[in-house]
Amino acid sequence: MRHQLTLLREGVAMSRRKTERLLSLVVCLLSARRHLTATQIRAAVPGYPESFDAFKRMFERDKEELRELGIPLETGTNATGDEELGYRISRQAYELPDIRLEPDEVAVLGLAARVWRRAELAEAADGALLKLRAAGIDAEDDLSQLRIEPRVRTAEPAFSPLWEAVRDRRPVSFGYRVPGRDAALRRHLEPWGVGYRSGHWYVVGLDTDRGAKRVFRLSRIEGAVAFTGPAGSVTVPPGTDVRAAVRDWDYEAAAARTCLLRVRAGAGHDLRRYADRISADRHPGWDLVEVSYTDTTWWSEHIASFGADVVVLEPSDLRDAVIGRLKGVLA
Amino acid sequence: MTSRADPRPASAAGKPSRAAGETATERLQRLLALVPYVLRRNVAGMAETAAAFGITERELVDDLNLLWCVELRSPDPYCPIDLSYEGGEIVVSEAEGIDRPLRLGVDEACALLIALRMLTELPDVGDGAALARTIAKLEAAAGAAAGPSAQVAVAVDDVAAQSAVTAVADALERGRRLHISYYVPGRDEATERDVDPMRLVVSEGFTYLEGWCRRADAVRLFRLDRFLAVEVLEVPKNVPPTAQHVDVDHGLFRPSPQDVHVVLELGPRGRWVADYYPCEQVTELPDGWLRIRLRTPDTRLARRLALRLGEDGRLVSPPGLVSELMSDARAALSNYDNWDE
Repeated sequence: MRHQLTLLREGVAMSRRKTERLLSLVVCLLSARRHLTATQIRAAVPGYPESFDAFKRMFERDKEELRELGIPLETGTNATGDEELGYRISRQAYELPDIRLEPDEVAVLGLAARVWRRAELAEAADGALLKLRAAGIDAEDDLSQLRIEPRVRTAEPAFSPLWEAVRDRRPVSFGYRVPGRDAALRRHLEPWGVGYRSGHWYVVGLDTDRGAKRVFRLSRIEGAVAFTGPAGSVTVPPGTDVRAAVRDWDYEAAAARTCLLRVRAGAGHDLRRYADRISADRHPGWDLVEVSYTDTTWWSEHIASFGADVVVLEPSDLRDAVIGRLKGVLA
Repeated sequence: MTSRADPRPASAAGKPSRAAGETATERLQRLLALVPYVLRRNVAGMAETAAAFGITERELVDDLNLLWCVELRSPDPYCPIDLSYEGGEIVVSEAEGIDRPLRLGVDEACALLIALRMLTELPDVGDGAALARTIAKLEAAAGAAAGPSAQVAVAVDDVAAQSAVTAVADALERGRRLHISYYVPGRDEATERDVDPMRLVVSEGFTYLEGWCRRADAVRLFRLDRFLAVEVLEVPKNVPPTAQHVDVDHGLFRPSPQDVHVVLELGPRGRWVADYYPCEQVTELPDGWLRIRLRTPDTRLARRLALRLGEDGRLVSPPGLVSELMSDARAALSNYDNWDE
C-alpha cells in the first residue's frame, strides 16, 4: 500500500516536472527572435537530462507532443549556410487571432458546444470554449432564452477512427455486414466525409475494391477500423457533397405505384395521412384508402404491422407479399 | 418556469475536477489558456477562475505556483512569468510569449463549426443572422483548422414535420398553448391534446416538442413528425412552476418499473431492428441470427414490430404476448379469406 502511494506521488511529481519543462520550452521558443539550436535550448530550458543522447530523445518526444497540441513548432536556420537546424514558434502562427462576439453570437456558440455533450467531440468542444474564454468570450452565459436543445449522438465505436481518417485523409478498411448476409465482408475505403442523418452516422468515400463511390452505415461496421495508409494520402474529389450522399443512401429512384387498401375506421392513421384519396367502403366500419408507394417489400412490411386493421385489395403482388409476411409470423 | 438548464460550467454542476488524472500535456493546455484568461480580465477572482476551468481552487493555486516558477537559464537566468494571487484575486503582471491563447486545433474548430452549421437547419434558434455571423467569425479565427469541418454533415431532416415546426416555433415565440392531434404508433391511434410548449429538443435524429401536456398533467415529449394536425390557440401557455425539463443527456426515455421486457430473435434481414430500437441486450446466435431484449411501456408496439418482421423475426417472450401476436396474424389473414373478391 505504502509502496503504491510512493509510486503514485512519484508519478504526480514526474508529470509536474514534465509540464514545467514543456511550458518553459514553449515560452523559450515563443520569445526567441531567432531559431534556437538544440544545444541552445538545452542550455536555456531546465529539466533535461545531462547526457546529450538522453536529452535528444526527450527533446524529440517533447517536440512531437507540442505538435500534437497544435503548437506550430517551426524548423529552420538563421542564415543560409548554417549547418545546424534550429527551432522556434512564430507568435503569429501560435496565437488565436482576435475574435470578438456579440452577446447573441456568444449565446449560439454556447448552444453549439452543448450539441456534442456526451458525444465523441465533447472534449474538443470544451477545449475550444476554454481557448475562447481565454480570449475574453464567456460562452457559458445564460442559455435560458434559447428555446431549443439539440444533441448529436455518437454511439457507434467506428465514429472516432473514421472522423480521424476523414480529418487526416487516411484510407481505412473495416468489416461491414449487409442485412441479409450472415457474415461481415472486409471493405476498403478512401473516406471523403462522415454524415449524420435520422440518428445514424454514415461514411462516404471511394470503395477501392469496387472503384466507385459508396456510403456505409457506421452501425453496421463490425470490429476495429484499420488505417491502411499514411495521413494525407486520400484526395477528396472537388465538389463532393457529403450531405447529399448520406441523404440518398437508401433512396432508390423507383417509380411510384398506387395501392388500394381497406382500412378500419379510426385505424391506420399512418397510412391515411399520406393517402391520395379516402372514401367510404361498402362494408360499414371500413374506408377505402388509395396511397402510393415505391418499394413493395418495405410497404408490405409496413402494412402487415397494422394487423387486422388493413387489407390490401390491389395490386395482387402487394397483397401476396402481405399475406406471405403474416404467414411468416405463424411459421 | 423555475427550472431551466444549468447555465454554470460543467464543474460547478457537480462534475469531477478536470485536473484529476490528467496528463502533463492536458495540464499544459490549461496553463496556456489560464494566463491570457487572467490578462484579458486584468484581475480575475480565484473562485470564478477555478470554476471556469473546471478545477478546484487548490488546483488553481498549484497551477499559479507552477507558472510563477518557470525559469529560463540562458543567456541570463530570468523568470518570464510574474503573477500574484492575494485576497482571492489573481493578477498577471508579466507573461512573455504566452499572453494570447493558442489557436484552435482541428478537432476544436470542427466540433464548434459542425454544430453551428447543424443549428442553421433548426427553427427558432433565436436570430438566424447571429448564427451566420458566428460561423464567419469562427472560420476566420480558426483558419486552416476549420477545413475538415466541411467534410462532416449533420442533417436535421423530418421534411414531414415542417408545418408542425412553424406552428410550434410560433407558439414558443408568443407563449401560446397548442392543440395537437398526435399519432401514437403503438396503439395506431390519433389522440387530441392541449400542450403548453416549453422548448424543442433535437435528439437521436428526431425533433420533439417538450411541453406540459394538459391531458396527462405532466411534462411530455412529442415527436414532430407524428403531429397529424396542430393549431396555435389564442390562450397564453401555463406551465406549472414545478415542471422539470427532460434530461436530454441521459436518454430521452427513462425506463419505468411498469415496462415489459420483450425478447425477439432477428434473422439476417431483420437485424436493422437492433439499430433502430435501444436494446438492453444483444446476443449473436449461430446462423446469423441475433437475439435482442427491449423494454417497452406498450407491448402493442412489439406486436406491430413482430407482424412487420414476419419470418425475419421470432417473438420469444413474454409468452402471453406471443399468443396475442399469433391471434393478430390469424385475424389479419382471415380478412383475406372472408373478403376474397
